[in-house]
Order: sequence, then structure tokens, then C-alpha cells
Amino acid sequence: MSRKTMLRLGGALISVLTVGGVVVMLLPYFWMVSSSIKTGIEVFDLPIKWIPDEIQWVNYPNALTKGAFGVYFFNSFVVAFAVMAGNLVFCTLAGYGLAKFRFPHRELCFRLILSTLMLPLEIVLVPTFLVVRELGLVNTYGGLIAPLAVDAFGVFLMRQSIRDIPDSLIEAARMDGCSEFGIFWRIILPNCKPALGALALLAFRDNWDQFLWPFIVATTDDLKTFPLGLAQMEGIDSAAYHEIMALAVLGMIPAAFIFLFFQRAFVRGITLTGLKE
Amino acid sequence: MGEVLLEDLTKDFGEVIAVKEVNLTIHDGEFVVLLGPSGCGKTTTLRMIAGLEEITSGRILLDERVLNDVHPRDRDIAMVFQNYALYPHMSVYKNMAFGLKMRKVAKDEIDRKVKSAAGILGIETLLGRYPGKLSGGQRQRVTLGRAIVRDPRVFLFDEPLSNLDAKLRVQTRVELLKLHQHLAATSIYVTHDQVEAMTMGDRIVVMHEGVIQQVGPPMEVYQNPANQFVAGFIGSPAMNFLSATVRFEAGRTFLEGAGFRIPLPTERAGGLAGREGDEIVFGIRPEDMRLGAEGEIEGAVEIIEPVGSDIFLDLSVGGASLTARVESSVRMSQGERVRLHADPARVHAFDPETGVTLV
Ligand SMILES: Nc1ncnc2c1ncn2[C@@H]1O[C@H](COP(=O)(O)OP(=O)(O)O)[C@@H](O)[C@H]1O
Ligand SMILES: [Mg+2]
Repeated sequence: MSRKTMLRLGGALISVLTVGGVVVMLLPYFWMVSSSIKTGIEVFDLPIKWIPDEIQWVNYPNALTKGAFGVYFFNSFVVAFAVMAGNLVFCTLAGYGLAKFRFPHRELCFRLILSTLMLPLEIVLVPTFLVVRELGLVNTYGGLIAPLAVDAFGVFLMRQSIRDIPDSLIEAARMDGCSEFGIFWRIILPNCKPALGALALLAFRDNWDQFLWPFIVATTDDLKTFPLGLAQMEGIDSAAYHEIMALAVLGMIPAAFIFLFFQRAFVRGITLTGLKE
Repeated sequence: MGEVLLEDLTKDFGEVIAVKEVNLTIHDGEFVVLLGPSGCGKTTTLRMIAGLEEITSGRILLDERVLNDVHPRDRDIAMVFQNYALYPHMSVYKNMAFGLKMRKVAKDEIDRKVKSAAGILGIETLLGRYPGKLSGGQRQRVTLGRAIVRDPRVFLFDEPLSNLDAKLRVQTRVELLKLHQHLAATSIYVTHDQVEAMTMGDRIVVMHEGVIQQVGPPMEVYQNPANQFVAGFIGSPAMNFLSATVRFEAGRTFLEGAGFRIPLPTERAGGLAGREGDEIVFGIRPEDMRLGAEGEIEGAVEIIEPVGSDIFLDLSVGGASLTARVESSVRMSQGERVRLHADPARVHAFDPETGVTLV
């Protein structure tokens, strides 16, 4: 076999493997969508019938009547957006400080922040809850949002990104008469757009379907987020998998939409800045 | 106006003393070059003048006003950074306008100033572009433009040509000088390139390990270096240094070493009085020697380097190496023994311990 044919075969093999991987990844989603338009009995039919004979669009309106899903959706949006906004503000400010200001024990501060990444949520859950309770924030939006509004990974991301901005830009701006906050606003922020996009994306995705924390801190129906609503469905009607899947499909839409939207902003951010040559 | 005064200016970074007790007056409208090898404290000095680096001790004055505690934006000083430091997310126009906008200058005045500066620099057509889309030379101009529009009392340049290729560097050097003549503003220019320093400076300040070695007009520094460091740093190829012994014979002074014996004119030998028999360092520039059968220096040709206009000969003189510049018409072969005559008016001698110039 010539080198060329081998290379071509290798390329084909990689393509096949990639396509295979994609299919395996997508199958559960197909199953979810497909189940959401079946009857409750068809869901468990074997072999799996991917497209049901009769499409059950009614699952969607039916499912939505099983709880205050309008409220849950709204709550999820409020929490996800507020957490995202909090992360954009606080992670960027913290990242700027850690990247560009000289102060005693700066590296230690940074490492301490990073080390919290190694603590799983379960470990901090109880102490966080105690703090939130002391602050009187149980069953409030504040309680849902505040503990998540700044995230160690976000600080890390922004710090790395801001570190890549040359000091001389900051100094040039300082000599140009820009105030310290002006430097942050007019020089730093515009030059870390891609990272800001990524941070927004990650914050929204992680918090749109956040389950554990809302489950602990929000017990009244008017504060429940969408995943809590979904979870309580099982308690109400554990056989209604077709309807649960219909809700799951609905729950995926905003995250998918935001993902697409920010991905474009992302690329635009990188090309506009001209930083990456 | 724009007279800068540095008084006992010192900066230490913990262990490292980057700048040590620098005293210097830079006159209004003067173009002064800080010259020295990498790490000698040039940038640190410039940054202290700009206000970007805190001063450990000493004072900086601009037109008799002490700047030590004045914020960079209030110093009326503009800086051209080594890596240009253009704002990547702003167009050329906005880059140039930024300093004026921050100072709340009226929009139409900003427009007038930016366009006039762009006219001087020949970058009118680039105003709408982003820095990422410009060549090195164009970025260089924009950086200059950003400084010019502010019409500062003092311009600071930190190795502004170091990122350009050789040809563009020569061209930009000339343009910078023209610009300086046009603006007539005080300029402090940092470089490690002695050719840049020689061609551009009204005066050169040679620095070494944070200490000023010599201050003076380029030719004076070149011809009368204050010490061996300055003598060796300025000039290319560098001055030759050979160890020698001082001899007094029949009322005349000689510098004697393996392969040479140089007579010194009496009027130049004063610095060697009482040093009979002492070891010193004899220094001579490559161009201050000529071939001649009567020459006092004898050596064997090791390498012949024709550079077009001249030929550089690398010789072995008593085991030490010596470079001489000869006319390009000279025919020479490797291994040949030659004699060179040193121009007595251009012979130097240095103290081997302190490096101080004796002759
Ligand atoms: N921020 C700093 N922290 C510690 N040392 C520094 C810092 N900046 C410069 N130095 C040291 O100070 C000395 C002078 O540096 P610099 O002024 O940049 O030299 P030059 O511009 O002549 O090459 C060097 O030894 C350098 O390592
Ligand atoms: Mg430097």
C-alpha cells in the first residue's frame, strides 16, 4: 500500500469513528424527543420505535398542566440570568485584580480560590445553607442566586484571559488620562470578549438546569425552578415518561438557544479584537 | 517648555538596584538618547519619568515642578512604547483620539488634531483601520500619532524601532528626526543600539548597571570616552583592547606589549605620569590604524572580511586579537605578516582596575 492510500484510509477511519461518536452522543436526545411524542405505553416498547405511528403532540400541553411550569420556567430564567450577570461582574473584577495588580500574597489568594474548585458541591452544601439561613435568604431569589453568583472557575478563566492583555495597554491608557475604572471598562473588558462570552455561556448552562442547590433552598412552589418541577413530576405520576420527556425537551430549548447565540458572539469577539494575529 | 531634571534618581527592585543616583538635565527641545546594554536601567529610568514606576529616592522635575507624586496623566508627558501598545479594539482614529477624549477635549478639536497629526505622519488613509490589520511600520506611526496629538511637553521613546526590520528602521530613524525638528519638543529616547544613539542624539547618556558612565554629544563620547566601558560599547567593530606596559625613555612615553610599541605624543601622556612599569589597557579603534612598513604594531592576518567599502582584518598581535579597517583596494592573504601604524592622536589608555581613561 502506498503512503497516500494509507493516509486516506486513516482519514476515513477517523471520520467513521467521529460519526460513530456523534451518533452515540445524540442517541439519548433522539430517544428523549421521540419518547415525548409517543403514548405512555409506547415509550417502553422494544425494539425501540424511533418514529411513532401516531405523533402525540398533546403530551406537551398535557405535561404543562401538571404543575406551575410557567412559574418554574420564569424562576429558572431569573436565576440563570442573575447568576450569569453576577459571574460576569465579579469574576471579571476578581480576575483583573489577580492578573494585573501587585499586592501581598496575591498568588496565595489565587491558589486558595482555585483550591475551592476541588471541593465538590456536596461538601459545601450544608455550610452554605447555614450561612444563607442566617442571612434570612431561605426561600428567596437572593438565596437561590447569591451563593452561585461568583465561581472559582470563572475567576480562573478571567484571570488567565486578562493576563494575556499586555501591561503596556493599561499603562498607555493611564498616561492617556483614563481613570482606573475607565481602564477596566474601556480597555480590559473589550479585550477579553471571547472569555466573557465563554463565561456567560458556561454560567447559563450550569445554572439553567441546576438542581441540588435550588432543591435545598427553595421549598415553596412559587420559587421552584424548572428542574425541581421536572423532578416532582415523577412523584405525581411516575409512569408519565412521555410527558416528562416532553418537559425535558422544553427545558433543553433555552440552553441550546443560548449556546448557539453566544457561540456566534464568541467568534465575532475573537475576530473583532484583532488580538489574535 | 520642557526641561527635565533628574536628581539623584534611584530605583531598586528589592535586591536589584536598577537605577543608581542618576543626575541629568535635559534641556527644552533637546533630543537625548539613553544608551546602554540590556538591563542597564534605561527603561526603568524612562518609566520613572513617565510615572509608571515608583521612585525609590531622588527627584524628577519638569520645568521646576516636582513630579514624584504627580499622576502619569497629569505630567504632560507622552510615551511611545516598545511594543506599540495600541488599543486592539479601537480604530486608528480612536486610538489617536483616546487621550484627548479622556481629557474632555471638544469633539471638533479632537477631529482637527487627529487629522493634522495623521497628515504629518502620512496615515490619513489608515484612520478607519484596526491595529491588527496594520504592518509594523504603520503601527509605529500610529503610536507616534497618539503621542503627537496630545502635544506634550516631553516625548519618551522606549526602543521604538526595535520591532522593525533593518531597512525600515533606518528609514523610520530619519523620519523620527524630521519629526523632532518639526515639533521641537523635548525627547528622551532609549536604545541599546549605538548607531541609533549616534545618529539621533543631540546628546548621548551612556548607562551601565544603573549608573551613568558619560554624557555628551555623540562625537565627543565617541572620541573621548570617559572609560573603557564607553570606549568598548560605542563603535562597531568595537575598539581593540590590548594589555600594555608604560615605558618612559629619553623623555618620551611608550605603550609597550607583545607585538607593539606605541610612542605617545608628550601633550597626551600627562595621565600616565608616575606610572612607569605599570600595566594598563591600550585601546585603539579599527579605523585609527593604517598599513605601513614602519608601523609600530606587528601581527599576522587571520581573517579577511571585505564589507564593500572597506576591509576588516582580524589580526593576531602577540597572541591577542586585533581588528583593523583598511581600504578595500588592499590585497592581503591569510597568514601574511603586516605592520600597522596607530594614529597617535587616537590612542587610548585605560586603568585595568577601574577602567578610567588615562589617555
Ligand atoms: N518589575 C521589575 N521587578 C524586578 N526587577 C526589575 C523589574 N524591572 C526591571 N528590573 C530589573 O532592573 C534592571 C534594569 O531593567 P531595565 O530598566 O528594564 O533595563 P533596560 O531597559 O536597560 O534593558 C534589570 O536588572 C531588570 O532585571
Ligand atoms: Mg528596556
